[in-house]
Parts: sequence; C-alpha cells; structure tokens
Amino acid sequence: MTAFRQLRLDGVTRRFGDRAALSGLSLTIDRGEFIALLGPSGCGKSTALNCLAGLLPLSAGGIWQDDQRLDTLPPERRGFGMVFQSYALFPHLSVRRNVAFGLQMRRLPRADVRRRTDEAIRLVRLEEHATKLPAQLSGGQQQRVAIARAVVLEPSLVLMDEPLSNLDAKLRLEMRTEIRRLHQSLGLTTVYVTHDQEEALSMADRLVVLREGRVQQVGTPEELHTRPANRHVADFMGYRNLLPLRVTGTHGGLVAVEGPGLTLRGTPAVPLSAGDRVVAAIRPEDLRPGDDGVPVTVEVVEYQGREVAVEARTDQGVPVHVRAVDRPAPGDKITVRADPARVLVFPEEAS
Amino acid sequence: MTAISVARPRTRRRLAASPGAWLVWGAVTFFFVMLAGVIGSVVVSSFGSHWFDTWLPQGWTTQWYRQAWQEFTLFDVLVVTVEVSLLVVGISVLVGVPASYVLARRSFPGRRLLYLLFLLPILMPPITYGIPLATVLYKYGFAGNMSGVVMANLVPSVPFVILTMTPFIEQVDPAIERAARMCGARTWQVFLRILAPLLIPGILAASILVLVRTVGMFELTFLTAGPDSQTLVVALYYTMSAAGIRAQQSIDAMAVVYTSMMLILLVVALRFVNPTQLVARVKEEPE
Amino acid sequence: MTPDRPAWRHRLAERGIDRQLLLLLPALLAVLLLFIYPFGYGLGLSFQPDHGGVLGAYRDFFTDAYQRDTIGTTLRLSLPAALLNVMASVPIAYRMRGRFRGKRTLTIVLVVPITLGTVLTAEGLLNFLGPTGWFNRTLMAAGLTDTPLRLTNNYWGVFLSLVITGFPFAFLLILSYLSGIDPTLERAAATLGAGWWPRFHRITLPLLAPGLATTFCLTFVLAFSVFPSAVLVGDPAGATRVISIAAYHAAYETYDYPLASAIAVVMGAVELAVVAAVLGLRSLFYTGSTGGKG
Repeated sequence: MTAFRQLRLDGVTRRFGDRAALSGLSLTIDRGEFIALLGPSGCGKSTALNCLAGLLPLSAGGIWQDDQRLDTLPPERRGFGMVFQSYALFPHLSVRRNVAFGLQMRRLPRADVRRRTDEAIRLVRLEEHATKLPAQLSGGQQQRVAIARAVVLEPSLVLMDEPLSNLDAKLRLEMRTEIRRLHQSLGLTTVYVTHDQEEALSMADRLVVLREGRVQQVGTPEELHTRPANRHVADFMGYRNLLPLRVTGTHGGLVAVEGPGLTLRGTPAVPLSAGDRVVAAIRPEDLRPGDDGVPVTVEVVEYQGREVAVEARTDQGVPVHVRAVDRPAPGDKITVRADPARVLVFPEEAS
Repeated sequence: MTAISVARPRTRRRLAASPGAWLVWGAVTFFFVMLAGVIGSVVVSSFGSHWFDTWLPQGWTTQWYRQAWQEFTLFDVLVVTVEVSLLVVGISVLVGVPASYVLARRSFPGRRLLYLLFLLPILMPPITYGIPLATVLYKYGFAGNMSGVVMANLVPSVPFVILTMTPFIEQVDPAIERAARMCGARTWQVFLRILAPLLIPGILAASILVLVRTVGMFELTFLTAGPDSQTLVVALYYTMSAAGIRAQQSIDAMAVVYTSMMLILLVVALRFVNPTQLVARVKEEPE
Repeated sequence: MTPDRPAWRHRLAERGIDRQLLLLLPALLAVLLLFIYPFGYGLGLSFQPDHGGVLGAYRDFFTDAYQRDTIGTTLRLSLPAALLNVMASVPIAYRMRGRFRGKRTLTIVLVVPITLGTVLTAEGLLNFLGPTGWFNRTLMAAGLTDTPLRLTNNYWGVFLSLVITGFPFAFLLILSYLSGIDPTLERAAATLGAGWWPRFHRITLPLLAPGLATTFCLTFVLAFSVFPSAVLVGDPAGATRVISIAAYHAAYETYDYPLASAIAVVMGAVELAVVAAVLGLRSLFYTGSTGGKG
C-alpha cells in the first residue's frame, strides 16, 4: 500500500460546456478517513468522484497526494480502487478472475496473484462462488465481488459510487456494516458517494454536503445533524419543516420569529436583527403536541412504529410535520410547540 | 408470458376466419411459389440433359457442372471470390470496429456530421460512386486487379460494420471499461482483455454480414474487376449477357454453384445473427 | 506553476477531444479516399467535357431524349416497386408480428432472395417466367390463357425481379419496426374501447410512420440502382433502359467519362431528391400527429 499522509483537493472544478458541475471543491483527506460526499442527484458528487478517480479531466484545480500531483495522471496510474453503482463486473470473467484482474495488470508473480486473490475472496466470504460468472450471483454477492476487486490492490484510496443503491433495504443495512468493517480492518481510506443522508451519517467520519456543484458544509455527522450550516443542508438532514418567517425581536441568544398564524422562538445560525426575513428549520421529531403552542388542524396521520407522523396545517394554511405518541384523528385541532434550542433560524437567501 | 399464451388461440382463430387473413396468406404463398419456381427452374435446368418445351427435362446429367468447371475456370473464380471476401471482411472489421467504438461511446464536435458521412455510402446507389471510383482506381493503377476490387468493396462495407457494431458496443456498460482502468489496465489492455471478448458476438455478426454482402455485391466488383479478379457473381453476369455462346444449362450450373455458396453462407450466418439483421440494423438516426 | 501542456490537453479533453478519437482515423480515411474523393473527382470531371463548355455533359444528357428518358424509366420502375413492397409488407407484417410456430423458418426463407442477389434472380426469372417456363405452362394447362404471357425481356420482368429481391427486405424491416412498438399500447387502446381498425390507424400507424418512411427510402435506393436485372430480364435498349445502364454505356462503351460522371451525379441527385421528399413528408406527418395530442 502506498503510504501517504494526506490527499489534498485544491479548488477542483469541472465544467460541462458553460455549466459547472463542480466548482472549487477543496478538501483534505487524512489517511484512514471515511469521507462521504452527500447531496441530491445532480449536485456534483459523482463528478467529484470521477475527477478524483481520473475518469473525468478537471477544468481547473489540482489533486495532490502529499507532494505528488495526481490530476495529470491517467486513472490506471493513480493507484486508487473503485466500486461502481452498477458493480461493473467483467461479465465474461469468473469471480476469481475478476478479482485477480488488477493484480495481473500489475504483472505480479502468479503465486502472489493467487494468494492475494484467495485472501480477498475470503474477506468478502465468497469462497464457494469463486468459479461462478457474475451473472450467476445475487446482487449482494456481485457487490461483494466488486468490493473485493477494488480492495485486492491495497489501493491508497477506495472510491465508492453509491454502491448500495441497487440493493434491497435489508441487504443495504447489512452491507453498510460490512463496508465499514472492511474499512476499519484493512485500514483503508475511503471516499463514499451517496444521496442517502442516513447512510452517510452512519458510515462516515466526515461528510461533505454538495449542492449545485458547491460545497455547503464539511463536518462530522454530529455537526451536520445538530448544526447544519444553511437551510439547504438542514433540508437535506431531515429538517422537514422549513417555515418562511420574519424576525420580530432578539432575546439573549434567541430570536423571536413570527409568520401568518404562528409565533416561535429559535436559535439563529448567524446574527439576525428584527425585520429580517428568515427560514425556521425544525425536525418533525422536535415539533410535538403540547400546551400553549401553535394551533394546527390534523390532516394526515401515518403509523411509524412507536410514534405517528402527523401532517397538519396552521389556521393560515401553512403545512407542518409533527411527531406524536398518541394518535390524533384527521380533523382534530391540536397545538404544537418546539424547544427553541431545536429551532434553527437561517437568513432567507436571495433565490 | 401468460398474456401471450392466452392471446395465442384467439389470434389463430382470427387468422383462420377473416378474409383479410386469407388475402395475406394468399399473397405470402404466391410469393413463395414464385420464389420456389425461380430457384427450382434453375436447379432443374442445371441437371437436365435437354429441356425444351416440356415440363421436365428429357434426361438428367451432371455434365454442365463439369463443363462449367472446365470452361469457365470456375475454380479460379471461386478462389478469387473467397480471397476478395475475406480481405474485405478482415480490413473492414479492423477499420470499422474502432471507429464504431468511438462513435458509439464518445461525444465530440462534429459527431453527427461524421455519422452522416459514414451513412452516405450505404444510401447511395453503388453505380453513382462506383463509376467515378473505378475511374480514379484506373488512374492510379489499382483497378483491373484484386486490390481495386477489395478497395471498392470497402466503401459500403466499412460503414456497414460501423452500423452493425454500434448497438453491440452500446450494450457493454461503459462502467466496465472504467472499472478495468481503475484496476490499472492501459487503453490497449482494456481493448484486448475486456472489450474484445465482450464484442466477439458483434464482430462475428458484422463479419458474416459483410461476407454475404461482398459475395453478392455485383456493381462495384463489376466496375473494378479485370479478367483475373472477377468474383462469381460478376463471372455469372458476363456469361449470361454473352448468351448464345454458352449452353443455357451451363450457366444454370454456375448459378446453382453460386446459390449453394450463398445458402451455405446464409445457414452459417443465421447461427450467429437474427434474420432481420441481414437486411439492416433497425436504428433510427443517431442520438 | 501548471505546466502548459497538460492544461492545453485538458482543455481539449473537456470538449471531448483526445487521442482516443484517432481510432476514427482509418475509417475516416477509407471513406474520404474511396468515397468522397472519387465522388468529387467525378463531379469535377462532369464539368470538363470535350466540347460544349462547363455544362456540356449535362446539356448532352438533358437534350438527348434517349438519355433524358432514362430518369423517367428508372422512376417508373423503382417507385411502384418500392411502393408495392412497402404496402404489401405492412398488412403481412401486422398479421405476423405476434409469436407463432414457424416464424423463424418463414423469416429465413424470406432472407433467401436477398442473398441470391439480382443476377441469380434474373436467371431464375428467365427460366421460370419465359414463354416455355413453368409459370406459363401452368397458366395454359389451367386454360387461363392460350398464348404464353410475355413476362421477360420487358418492363414486367424487371419489375418482378425488384419485387422478389425488394419485398423480403421491406418486410423484414417493417416487421422489426412493428415488433419495436410496445404491444401494451394497443391493449391500452382496446381497454379504451377502440376496435382493431382505430387501434391500427390511430395508434400503430402513426408510431410506424417513421419506420415506413425509412423502409421506403431503403427499398427505393435498392430498386433505383437496378442494373443487372434491367439488362438480363429487361429490355435494356428500350423499356428498361434505366439510368445506370446509361451511365455504364457512357463510361465503358463510348468511354465518355465526363458524360458518365454527369449521369452518375444526376442519378445521385434524383435519388437524394426522392429520399429527401419522403423524409420531408414524414416529418410533416409526424409533427402533425403528435401536435394533436399536445
């Protein structure tokens, strides 16, 4: 394994025609880190991964591994491993020969190829499928072959492009654990692309949230979950209530915000003053039925195990998402309230 | 599957009942009777000793085949036909497959224009470009021998390989090539170890189709061939248009040799390709 | 800082230009050298006749009725033949697009005449349809006619040969276009109360229209370039003196290369004009039918 300390992305930009799919991504990845690139489709996360892999040329910026410049090297000379969304297994080669392919490309001695291939296949527990062709395997097994093929080369960096999106829900949970286990036991450095915030939060050491080609926030799962940097990150992190309001006053560290038919107190993300237009972000689980809150009318109730998800409307018709323990009936009038510490107030952006 | 098997009996009943269906089947039958008549009369004639104004010849013989073999130097003609066809197949595959790969995979300025350029030789009647092409080939001394015949036949064959290969290449997931590169394979290794094995069925199909078309290509070979570089179909035309010199049956014998050659090719071809592919790739304009 | 070369290469790569495009080069060279250059050379030659100035060869062609009429003769053969092939193929393919036993055999048999090519078909037609051939014998034996029908060495011989080689071509193309149309569309129409005729004419036919136009063009190109059968089963000095015969005569019998090139150019122009007209009609028809739906 190439021992490196840091991988540095410096203003990595990729344009398609006039449109910038990725603009100015700067990031330093330490050895052993698990980084997730997170964002909705079209946010530039796959572009970033392909630029890193060398499959797409950069329009501007550079990629450095310690002191070595990487972005001018073709993909096969960067020494990275990659797991593709479609697995991209070679359909005409057996599992064993798929895994051995990269080792053969490096012209390693036959005995080494055999030993390392066996090891990798054992690692992903596919010993009894080693002679099968990819088409004879299930989706989860194919995924494991793809992972074995990528890690057998002991790459300095493993790139994963939404590797779990083609699996069913149960398998997805199992593979999540498996990938994290491999990452730790092999001491890999991993960059993982996904649009699933839950997946990213549960697996990654650090997350990079992208939107329209720009970095919105970089941070640990806790930071992103509790302190999203702007309303877009909040939206993506499960703050389903995004209420357009106006600041009426500041009280210590809190602000009072008001809109048609509702008044709240919340924590400002940046200093705000009275009269500012803002967006208040609240998770459904932080907006609960209680006394002296905002009066709303229940419209739809969904069963979700221990709790129910309630969609309701204020008297002025603003929809809100609420969690409740008791099951209200559609048409019921209830009041809801939120802890001011859990109400994040962001300035409203132009556009 | 179930929907089809349920629908089937109903379709069959309708086929049997409606007058429209009778008309359709009638037309098809008429066509096949004509076809059988056309081929059958050539075959029967080639084996008949003397056939004039009767249903069948008066006797049977194989002398016309002997005659064709000796007088028309049929063996030499067959050798030329095979040589020309194999050369055309080989060159057009070598030239056409890489081009088809780039056209199928990449987008670059002028791609549509290039596609149109490759489509043109298939759309134009061979005579229209065959005559100026033959003139140019004569000017540079290529025509009248095999090199000219091969070059002329490349004109429709290379585009044909490109068109035939395109869907085969599109079937291969581009991520597979990227995966190979991420495994450390150089460009030539990707082509040799990954793409070539995956494209073998397509290359076989394209080769067979070009082979069939080249053996059957009359106009271009006719315009560029010299006496020693005639393929079977051209030799056949010459003996036919010089009718009167040769016995009719001898020409028929030659035609039967040609037919059987084409039929053998056809049987081989149909092991690899769908019958409709022999006609053309069904594909609307690129994009 | 940044070396100049990679940056420049990057900029090209970003537009989709890199060394991989070199793979196009052999094919491009083949088409340029063997198709475009000769065509241009022929075009140039056609404007340099021995007499009559720049347009002399064209004037020769268009003022000589014997030459000029070859255009009409060719169109009179190829247009009806192509039209018949396409028209006959549609109902037959429509009946046969489902699965049934023997479909593969049927298509294989249909491929036979395509592979036979025009020369063998011509020979067969001469034998089969000739005055003493099986066809006329059958007609006379059945008492349908007293004297043999004259079907060879005239217009009908060539027409029939165009049908025999062209029909399977058109049929197979249309069959594959038809099987490309999602059969659930017609079923959906049936659930909305459409009988078979509205189903065919409101749903399938508009979807098939582009395919029909393409098929017609390809069949027409095939018929338009008729050469060997026009000589062998036709009447090459009269009723079936098609334009390719005129071009061939000019080039190989009178050695008038400018005239031959001019005829080839006229031939290409006429063919492309017909193709363009058909494709133009198609686009009219197509926008018309989708425009209605919004």
